[in-house]
Amino acid sequence: MPVTDITKDLDARTLTITAHFAAPVERVWGLYADPRQLERVWGPPTYPATFVDHDLSVGSRCTYYMASPEGERYGGWWRITGVDEPHRLTFDDGFATGDLEDAPGMPVSHNVYAFEADGEGTRATYVSQFDSAEDLQKVLDMGVEEGSRSAIDQIDAALVA
Amino acid sequence: MTDSEDRADALFHALSDRTRRDILRRVLAGEHSVSTLAASYGMSFAAVQKHVAVLERAGLLTKRRVGREALATGDVTAVRSVASLLDELEAVWRGRIDRIDLLLAQDPDQPTPPTTGS
Repeated sequence: MPVTDITKDLDARTLTITAHFAAPVERVWGLYADPRQLERVWGPPTYPATFVDHDLSVGSRCTYYMASPEGERYGGWWRITGVDEPHRLTFDDGFATGDLEDAPGMPVSHNVYAFEADGEGTRATYVSQFDSAEDLQKVLDMGVEEGSRSAIDQIDAALVA
Repeated sequence: MTDSEDRADALFHALSDRTRRDILRRVLAGEHSVSTLAASYGMSFAAVQKHVAVLERAGLLTKRRVGREALATGDVTAVRSVASLLDELEAVWRGRIDRIDLLLAQDPDQPTPPTTGS
């Protein structure tokens, strides 16, 4: 398992994931710099992502949509707030309307991705923060299938325990 | 406090039954008509209807009527806390990390094959 650590800060509604990849830092960065590779990892296979605009430079607004199995499209955007290639990328991630404009009143998450050399490979740290629990909930409600399934599996596990 | 205790009672009662947990899992995945659900279990339509009603009272599913059909959809908002929300986000991230790992392992020096669509 490449995930090496998971830290949850309930008060700050922050998830920090640390992973180790068997590839150099430049290669891992390259995955984010290339929209065709990025879209293969961003959405789950049942909700594949397509990046429409993509440019990793400060102030840039990237746009994407994810397609549900029923063919519905969920739009999103990244606003790049910091770039230190190939080590650090910071951006806000939010929802977009059908024509990929900012969706008003929808949650925005704040993200810090950091990559550092670790032996032959790369240690990646992903931090995602939400302003409120309601924001976090809305994001998970927006067709993230893995989410609902794990919610009910937890209930099941709690009752069996 | 009593309100939330009553609520917890209703939730745990609703989820204490295997058939009800199974129904909930199905309606979380998508809207199902009560008659479709009834066809999946070896019990009467009325019995399945009763299970659906218990889940509805606990706020775990909502029903809407379309013509002669009652359509049920799961709603887990009721049992979610910030902790479980972060667990869900963790599941999303584990999926992403696995896909990154797979992509990196495939052929690190070659460009990826062109994607279809768009």
